[in-house]
Amino acid sequence: MIDSNAQTFNFELVSPERKLMSGPVKMAVIPGEEGDFGVLPNHSALVSPIRPGVILVFSEGDEKPQRIFIGGGFADVTPTHTTVLAEEAVNVNDLNRADLEATIRNLTEDLGMTSDEAEKVHAGRRLATAKAKLEAVMGQHSAQY
Amino acid sequence: MPSLKEYRNRIASVKSTRKITSAMKMVAASKLKKAQEQAEASQPYARAMAAMMTRVASGVSIGPGSSKLLIGTGRDDVHLLLVVTSDRGLCGGFNANLIRAARNEARRLMKDGKTVKFVCAGRKARDVLRREFDDSILHSFVGLGGAKGRIGFADADQVAQFILERFDVGAFDVCTMFYNQLVSVLTQKPTAQRLIPFAVSASEKAQEQDNDAGADKKPSLFYSFEPGEDEILNQLLPRNVGVQVFCALLDSAAGEQAARMTAMDNATRNAGDMINKLSIRYNRARQAYITKELIEIISGAEAV
Repeated sequence: MIDSNAQTFNFELVSPERKLMSGPVKMAVIPGEEGDFGVLPNHSALVSPIRPGVILVFSEGDEKPQRIFIGGGFADVTPTHTTVLAEEAVNVNDLNRADLEATIRNLTEDLGMTSDEAEKVHAGRRLATAKAKLEAVMGQHSAQY
Repeated sequence: MPSLKEYRNRIASVKSTRKITSAMKMVAASKLKKAQEQAEASQPYARAMAAMMTRVASGVSIGPGSSKLLIGTGRDDVHLLLVVTSDRGLCGGFNANLIRAARNEARRLMKDGKTVKFVCAGRKARDVLRREFDDSILHSFVGLGGAKGRIGFADADQVAQFILERFDVGAFDVCTMFYNQLVSVLTQKPTAQRLIPFAVSASEKAQEQDNDAGADKKPSLFYSFEPGEDEILNQLLPRNVGVQVFCALLDSAAGEQAARMTAMDNATRNAGDMINKLSIRYNRARQAYITKELIEIISGAEAV
């Protein structure tokens, strides 16, 4: 049965290695490939790929949302249940800006040096993920100040 | 008849073997627990992925434009077998059974005039298959999971990427994965699973299990797909290969420890039996020696 007055829905975040999160939440904002979308209870059923970015999870009773970085994946939304399949998931608070900047520098150098086509694609993908991570960290800072 | 000293040495050597096997059994038991936990932890993702695959696949009309991962290349000439074994031995028939299954399948395919290629994950598969099919092994992945043997998704992804790249350049038409499914701690079943083209039935089965488990997913729900079914499916399919490889690697890792535990338990018990048997023989030999000496003394005394 679908309860039209439901205040929360079940949100699950799973990575291939383990289940990272599972529980009732009020709202989640997911960076879909076609643009960000918010999910509230009784959202219509939807399947969408996710681009690397930050998921905002508003749990009941929490003032501030949890910010979780996702390295791409898929979202499976039903009125009562949302499952996010993520390849990589880290809490934004655990990301380090200096480390990321160093990684981006290294990857950019690698990209310039390599001539192997497959290697280029691989490095390019990792660079995009690292840039998205950095953006997530920067975004958090600008929101704080 | 061996001398007393030889018996003593043999008993000592079997005793130290028993110590080693029982230690290995204990190590395998603790590793098994970890590996099983890891295999279980990967289940939610695999299930969710299978459910999503079925949902999307059911909404897609299959045509000539569909992804080759779903409909195949339309040929059935070149088969790729991905053989997942352990890197180390001393685990009973774990690797041998699996490799035999893969080899029989390869011979059957060859008899039908197909070309067979191999990708090995695990040192044992490589070492054995190299003897017979050296030319057709495309690549061997050895030491997956690093020194600690903890398999991460990156390991599976590496294998999957390799296979997908070969598929993209048309190196094979059908890909089947052979791995040991962990049925229970006592039984590991060699299983063949088709990776490419995607077997819808396998995922439907998973979906049914999902529904049986009491999940409140109604297949009648009307889904919207963003951007579209085909685009999503094209992204899902390669990912799904990685997930299936990952599950197989984890199952195989847990199965390896389970098989080793059973094998080492047997070995420890056999060593115990052997020690008993040798001790009896040792005692008998010693008794015979004492009797012989007594007889010599007595007959010597009588002669005087």
